[in-house]
Amino acid sequence: MKSKKIPSSQKTEMGEDPLGDRLGEPLTEEEELYKENILDHYRSPHNKGQLKKYTQTHSDLNPLCGDRITVYLQISPNSPKVLTDISFEGSGCAISQAAASLLTDSIKGKKIEVIRTLGPWDIFNLLGIRISHTRSKCALLGLKTIQHSLQGVK
Amino acid sequence: MNNNQQKKESENCFKIDFHEEFPILKSITYLDNSSTTQKPQVVLEAMNEYYTKYCANVHRGLYPQAEQATQVFEEAHQTVAQFIGAEADEIIFTSGTTESINLLAQLLGKTLQPGDEIVLSIMEHHSNLVPWQQIAKEKKAQLKYINLTKDYHLDLNEAKKIISKKTKIVSITHMSNVLGTINPVKELTAMAHKVGALIIIDAAQSTPHLKLNVKELSCDFLAFSGHKLCGPTGIGVLYGKKRLLQDLEPSKLGGGMIKEVTLQNSTWAGLPAKFEAGTPNIAGALGLAAAIKYLQKIGLKNIEKQELSLTKYALDKLKTISGLKIIGPPNNKGRGAVISFTIKNAHPHDVAEILARENIAIRAGHHCAMPLHTSLNIEGTSRMSFYFYNTTKNIDAAIKALHKVNRIFQ
Repeated sequence: MKSKKIPSSQKTEMGEDPLGDRLGEPLTEEEELYKENILDHYRSPHNKGQLKKYTQTHSDLNPLCGDRITVYLQISPNSPKVLTDISFEGSGCAISQAAASLLTDSIKGKKIEVIRTLGPWDIFNLLGIRISHTRSKCALLGLKTIQHSLQGVK
Repeated sequence: MNNNQQKKESENCFKIDFHEEFPILKSITYLDNSSTTQKPQVVLEAMNEYYTKYCANVHRGLYPQAEQATQVFEEAHQTVAQFIGAEADEIIFTSGTTESINLLAQLLGKTLQPGDEIVLSIMEHHSNLVPWQQIAKEKKAQLKYINLTKDYHLDLNEAKKIISKKTKIVSITHMSNVLGTINPVKELTAMAHKVGALIIIDAAQSTPHLKLNVKELSCDFLAFSGHKLCGPTGIGVLYGKKRLLQDLEPSKLGGGMIKEVTLQNSTWAGLPAKFEAGTPNIAGALGLAAAIKYLQKIGLKNIEKQELSLTKYALDKLKTISGLKIIGPPNNKGRGAVISFTIKNAHPHDVAEILARENIAIRAGHHCAMPLHTSLNIEGTSRMSFYFYNTTKNIDAAIKALHKVNRIFQ
């Protein structure tokens, strides 16, 4: 069975999806959901831990799975404001933790105005798999927490 | 009889192929019965018949359809009463266990004084926890929790210490929706009554599976839901001892629950109408009565027997899966057909999703019992729960899928 290619029109100014070239490869059903890339990020998450110096932090949870995420952001003081470093702590299902790992990797060094405009499809593109309605809360927890932490930043 | 039928019949002790009565079971391995159960055709027919042949409000009209609706609605109270060994006027229809317990918290909460104590157990479902938490805050009462023993049973020694003269209300689940543990209701009732406290039994998980009798249990109140015993959603029951219900003031006011209304005053109708304000869930009540009759036809003892054998079978098979830990009593003594577990390195939601892809329905998460999971220091569990229509073949399918989980995550 072939996985569906996510339309490129959904891509944002974040640029090319790092998994883009792998979309469209034939995958078995469970590989489609739990393919190696996601399992790698789940087992060995990137940017895990607490930053020594950070300007923003926020915690949130997804009561459905019991996923918890706390993010730490270091934002440059000059305009345009840029996310110079980011880390997260948390626990939960493979989808929530892998999504946070992938997302923190991809937004490091980006302008916060860009990060604010990210939507669900950007996360689904990063994961490169189809996410059911129920599990989308898991996938989007990291993004929601990061965007919430930016609320006070002008 | 062909071979196929013979094969199906051998999978349960009833010699019945439940696929005819529950067509959905042909297309799914349904192991999420603690959440809700499937509905047999007779339940749907009872509701459909009301809506198509004699749809009328109850206790109001004088035309034949209204007479018939009123009569069968009253008979539904009797069917439920007989099911749990109560009298018909001790049965109040609610929307479900949650509403029943909320109603009780409102009614009984009025009498609480600062410093009074409400005793619950750590294994309560949120519906038997949050309403008491709120009323305790309002009344400056104290909440006390009975903890578990090492083998996931209620610690009765602790219960004896916690239930004291300060205790006014004890509200305990009959059967845990996570652990499967069946609590000794009679002993708890004796403890509560000894100190003059009222005892409420959350029977949402037990009524579908066990033959119970409120007179034998001697509990003051008991709550359960229709949809967990093959009935429709949106209908549930609050049982209360008649003398207690008579003394309580209603909290939901309006049509149907009054005797007489003047411009400045009202008097209340008798039981159970006093607590059933507004047009009730008539079709739901009829569906529930049909479900109860269906269960009685199969036999509650037979249901219990089939579930015990499924539980034993599943517990033995689950032990063969590496990294799997059962969160509940390890053998089938003092427990029902609910088995929660964790698998090393695999989050419960990932487990449930992999099983879902094999067309197997289980539940994952904290199962509306966050304090229990917190006390056990786990984020969540995966849970399979059985009903009489399940077979060992269903369990085999789940076990096969759990091996697949291990192939992906270990």
